[in-house]
Formats: sequence, structure tokens, C-alpha cells
Amino acid sequence: MQEQVKTISGVNPYKCMKCGKCSASCPSFNEMDIKPHQFVSYVLNDDLEALLNSESIKQCLTCFACVERCPRDVKPGNLIDTVRQMVVRKRGAELLSPEEVTQLLDPELPQQLLVSAFRRYRR
Amino acid sequence: MQRIGVFVCHCGSNIAATVDVEKVVEYAKLEPGVVHAEDYQYMCSEAGQMKIAEAVKDKNLTGIVVCSCSPRMHETTFRNAAKRAGINPYMVEIANIREHCSWIHKDIEEGTEKAVILARAAIAKVNLNAPLEPGESRVTKRALVIGGGIAGIQTALDIADAGYEVDIVEKTPSIGGRMSQLDKTFPTLDCSACILTPKMVEAAAHEKVNIYTYSEVDKVSGFVGDFTVDIKKKARSVDMDKCTGCGVCSEKCPMKKTPSEFNRGLENRSAIYTPFAQAIPNVPVIDRENCIMFKTGKCGVCSKVCQAGAIDYEQQDEIITENYGAIVVATGFDTIKLDDFDEYAYNQSKDVITSLELERVMNAAGPTKGHLERLSDGKAPKEIVFIQCVGSRDVTCRGKEYCSKICCMYTAKHAMLIRDKYPDVNVTVFYIDVRTPGKNFDEFYRRAVEEYQVNYIKGQVGKVMPQADGKLLVQGVDLLDNRQILKEADMVVLATAIEPEAGVRKIATMLTASIDTNDFLTEAHPKLRPVESPTAGVFLSGVCQGPKDIPETVAQAGAAAVKAIGLLAKDKLMTNPCTAKADELLCNGCSTCANVCPYGAITYEEKEINDHGIRENRRVAAVNTALCQGCGACTVTCPSGAMDLQGFSNRQILAEVDAICR
Repeated sequence: MQEQVKTISGVNPYKCMKCGKCSASCPSFNEMDIKPHQFVSYVLNDDLEALLNSESIKQCLTCFACVERCPRDVKPGNLIDTVRQMVVRKRGAELLSPEEVTQLLDPELPQQLLVSAFRRYRR
Repeated sequence: MQRIGVFVCHCGSNIAATVDVEKVVEYAKLEPGVVHAEDYQYMCSEAGQMKIAEAVKDKNLTGIVVCSCSPRMHETTFRNAAKRAGINPYMVEIANIREHCSWIHKDIEEGTEKAVILARAAIAKVNLNAPLEPGESRVTKRALVIGGGIAGIQTALDIADAGYEVDIVEKTPSIGGRMSQLDKTFPTLDCSACILTPKMVEAAAHEKVNIYTYSEVDKVSGFVGDFTVDIKKKARSVDMDKCTGCGVCSEKCPMKKTPSEFNRGLENRSAIYTPFAQAIPNVPVIDRENCIMFKTGKCGVCSKVCQAGAIDYEQQDEIITENYGAIVVATGFDTIKLDDFDEYAYNQSKDVITSLELERVMNAAGPTKGHLERLSDGKAPKEIVFIQCVGSRDVTCRGKEYCSKICCMYTAKHAMLIRDKYPDVNVTVFYIDVRTPGKNFDEFYRRAVEEYQVNYIKGQVGKVMPQADGKLLVQGVDLLDNRQILKEADMVVLATAIEPEAGVRKIATMLTASIDTNDFLTEAHPKLRPVESPTAGVFLSGVCQGPKDIPETVAQAGAAAVKAIGLLAKDKLMTNPCTAKADELLCNGCSTCANVCPYGAITYEEKEINDHGIRENRRVAAVNTALCQGCGACTVTCPSGAMDLQGFSNRQILAEVDAICR
């Protein structure tokens, strides 16, 4: 499963130098049970069950601040994204359909949120 | 026909573990010209060299092939051994079966196959080798040091003390470099200016040291022992002989809106200025881009107030041409630009500063006269956050992959100095790793923590958010506590990565000295020749070679000086006999070779040529062997095949290719 995560995400967890800039940048840090920097070491230690069951994959806003600012080009956000994808795929359901979107639209809504929502809730 | 001996080295297990050396010997014996082949544990050892000498005597050898390590390692060793045994040193060829073979292969069969092929190629080449004699070239007893910081000053003083003339070329109006901008130095906390200015004065007063400030290297030609360098002395607009250094001109100058380079733009300077009080020479320059007189033709205040009549608006740039035996590069560093690091709000807030700027803030001659205050409103800060590794250890396009090496120590220094002078100020340092190898370095850092209660937090800062009330909200992480931290700070100091000074690329190109992907100059060998450039006669001093602190810089400066002195002490240098040679019968006088020659070694002459009985005047290429470096560009560009490199002739190289493809 570790290999699967690495392949889908394109992340090499060995590149991490454990500086914590991802967690320092994360706007959802306090809502997460497993913090962004820990995602990298969990993958490294092959503890994927914990990640699949973590609250963090629901709390991540996919803002990619962690990806943008990572000095080692590790991209922890892509790991979180990947684990979430694996959960969604396993469930086999799409949690968001394009038809629903028109009803949900709000002029105040940032467009990035829509893109993120599709990333998070569709296969 | 040559009588060739082949000597295969085991290099302990370095070669023998991946190459079947006995098989190489066996196959070598089958090659044409080979009359002797043997293998030995360490060919470079005295016993190994004895074996070569014995074989030369017993078998009457005329050529030698040594299958061993890289020729960069031991070619000289074996050439000298051959010479002692009575063979011309250029009759020796090395087949590199270590770096090119055993070290890069895991499979013994593959390794052996390649070793046999490489040996075969070398044997094919030796069959066509001819004895060569090196020439001699003279050594100009004068050195050039590029850069007048602590590295350049120290190198120049050491060379001058040995009795040789030295010129320092410094591009800014004064020598002193980065060290002159620093307030205190770690780990002893002595004042930077107090230990630097005596060196500057010593250099200026030394009868063997000649300083060109406000000058740049414009052109370099020649080679080791005899470089010719054009130095461009930019027009100072002030007569150095007349000026008394009174400073009235700077005081009265009405144009005071140019950011001071010396104070890192934290303060403005006048258009006519000396960078700092202890500047050497203490003669101002007019910054023509910002001077009203040069822009509009109407001002002339400085000229009117100058009692000595030293102001000269008509002064022109001047080119000085000088010869040098050795050149030392000491171009130093700058901090990287922070435009790509928006998250630290460096461009948004005046209270987010780099560590080098903090040096100026803490210095008595700086913009705040040494008082620690916020640059936005002049208020005394109560909470200061330091962020380490800003742009260092960063593999993205924003930063630098390397560790800048000095930041951990200067941050500990800053934190300690602030806590000492202002005990009510809280200091927090966000770090990834604290790296303090060096004499009394870790003790220094621990003192900052234990005696001065500096709060070190393991983790990085994600962003700095300037608030409406002027405070800075710092969002970081404490990895040991696994919690995110929001901290209100009055000042944020960024330990910004350092990079080689921008001009180094141009200088390296002029010197044909190699630089790495980070623009640091490359050393000839990372361990054994750390202060020499691979380009003969060019030496490296200070941060231009890699990040280092002051003690290391001074040590390296001394080492570079010793290497330069070693060169200058020689009266003559042996030149490489592997130079180009034109076959006058084939040359058609097209000038293609002269156009590609990077050393200007090829000229053309009208000459009477006897072409199989037909005598006629022809225009043919002639190579100046003193200038030729044997690069071979001419040999591949010559359309008629008239150019050949001695020791690497086209025939020899094709014989090698044939042997490999056989």
C-alpha cells in the first residue's frame, strides 16, 4: 500500500528533512489529528491504516500551502490528497455530482473551493 | 615497432574485486607491440615502480601502459618513474580501469571486459606515441587578488609579506567587504571593525600591496605564470592625490536620496560619498547616476566647497594593463533576494529584516546608531522572532540547496547580544537543525539557551502576517510539542541564505575557472587541492569557493597565498608539450583554427613552402606553444586535417577508437 500511495502521489517521503514548514503553514492544523508533517513519516513507516482512518483527510482544505512552501519539494498535501482518494475510491461512491453544484453556488464562494470539492468528493 | 610493457594494478581490492586483473594481463600480452605484462598489488608504491624500472631494463621497453586509477591521480607518478628508468615520460599511457571501470561496475565479467578494452586502447595509442620535450615559460613575480574583503586582504598581506608585489582589485569604493558591515563576530563577540581595520590599514600601508578600489577586472589573457590583465579603474570624479578626506563634500551634497549600499538600503547616502567612516582609501566617489551635476549639469556644490580642489567632473574611466604570475579570486558573497518568499512579508513590512540588516541596526555607525528599534516606527521591540534557513537547504527554484553554514552561529550571536543588552526583550528562534561544528561553537550556542534564555523552537515558520497595529503575527510550528504556534512579534529577523557575489560568473569566464551549479568556484580537488582552481595559476580564497565563516576564510586566504607564493617563487615553469602543431603542407591558410582558438595562440605567416619540389609562398598557421593549452579545438575544426595535437594526434585517437571497436 505504501508503494501505491507513493505512485499515486508522486511523493518521495525520503526527501523530507523534517523542518515542519508544512505544518507551520497549514490553516487546518488544529483540526487535524495527524498533522501534515506526520503524514510524511506515517507513509515512511508504512502506517497507512492510521492515515485512512484519520480525521485529517476530511479537514484538509487542499489549499496546497504546504506543497507551495515545502523547501524540499516533498509535497505533503499530495499525500493527504492521495489517501483521501483511496478512501473515496474504496467506497465506490461519488459524494458530489456536477448537478448538485448549481444549487450550492454562492457568489461569495471562491472558485478554488469548487475545484477542491471535486478533488475531494469525486473519484 | 614499440616494445611495450603493460602493468596492471590491483589497487588493493579497489580494482581487483571487480576486475579479473590476471585476465587483463593475459589479454594484454596478445596485443601488438607488447613484450611484457604483469599485475601487482599497488603499482604506485615504491615496489610497484621498481617493477616498472626492472622491466624497462630487462625487456628494453620503449613504451609503458599502466592500467590503474585516473591519470589525474597518478599519471605524474608513473611519468616520473619512466623518466628515472630512462624512458621519455610522454611514452607512458594510463588506462583508467578504476574510476572508469571497477568503481562503476558490479559484475566482474563486465568489469573485466571493459578493462581489457581500455587496456587495448591505451596500447594502441602508445604504439603511435613519440617522445615529447616540455618547454619553459617565465614567471611574472606579481600577484593579482580579485576582491578586497577579509579574504582578499589576508591573501594579499601574506603574499606581500613573502616579498612579492600584489595588486588588490575591489569593485566598491573601499576595501573591507562584508566583514566591515558586521557588528560583532562569533564566537568571541569582539567588534568586527576593531579587528578588521588594522588589517585594512596594514594592506594600504604595505609597500608591496597596491590597491585599486572602484575598479574591476576587464579582460584576462595569458596563462599560469604570465597572465595579462586589464583593470578598469572607474572614474571616481575625485582626484585621489588632492583629496584630504575631510568629508565636507558629502556633507554639503544636496542629493541625499540614494539608498546606502553599506547600510543595506536602511539609510540614504549622498551622491558623493565614502561608504563608511573607516573606508580605505578615505576618498569619496561621485555616483554619477544619482549626481545632479551629471544628470542636469547644474549643481557643482561639492566642487565649490572642496578646499583642496579635488573634484574632477571630467575624469574618465581608465584601463590599466598589468602582468601577473598568479591570480587569487576572493569575490565573496551576498544574501539572496527574498522576492519569492512572500510568506515572510519581507517586502511588506519594514520590521521584517535580514540578519545582515540587523548587523547594521546593531552597529553604532548604522541607521539607528546602534539602538535596537523597529525601522517602521522607531519603537523599542519587546518580542523578536528569528527564522533560520530562509532560502538555505531549499531545493525549489526559490532557494539554495546548500546549508549557508554561518547562520546558526550568527543567529545565536544576535539572540545573545540582544538578551544581554535588552534583558526585557523576548527572543525566539525557529530552527530546523542547529549546526554548530567548530571550536567553541556549540558551547556558544548553548550559552545563548542556558545563560540568556533564548527560546529555541524546533520547527519552521509558515507565514508572517503584518497586523493593522503594526505588530507581526508569526505562525509557526513546534514539532517537539506537535502544536502550531501563533506569536505576536515586534520584529522578525530572517537568516537569509548566502550566494556568491553576482559578478563571479563573469570573472570565472574571463579566467576560464570552472564554477558549480550554485556559482561557487570549483576547487581542483575537493580534499587535496581545496584552494586551487583546476585552471593553473588561479587560486581561491573565501566564500567564492563555498560558504565559510571568518576564521575559515582567513585560514583559506593564507593557504591560497602559500600556493600563489609557491608559484611566484619559481623562475621558470615547465610547459605542457602536448600543444597543437600545423602541417604546413596541408594547411590552406583558411584561418578557421585561429578563429576558434580560445587562447589566441594561432597566428598566420607568409612562408616559402617546398611542396614536393614546388616552391611557393603560402599563408600557413603557426602555433605559439607558450600560449597553446592543448585543448584541441583547432584540430577538430581544421577542414584539411592540417592541425594535430602532439601526444593526442588524430591518428592516435583513431587508433584508440579502432582498438575499442575491434
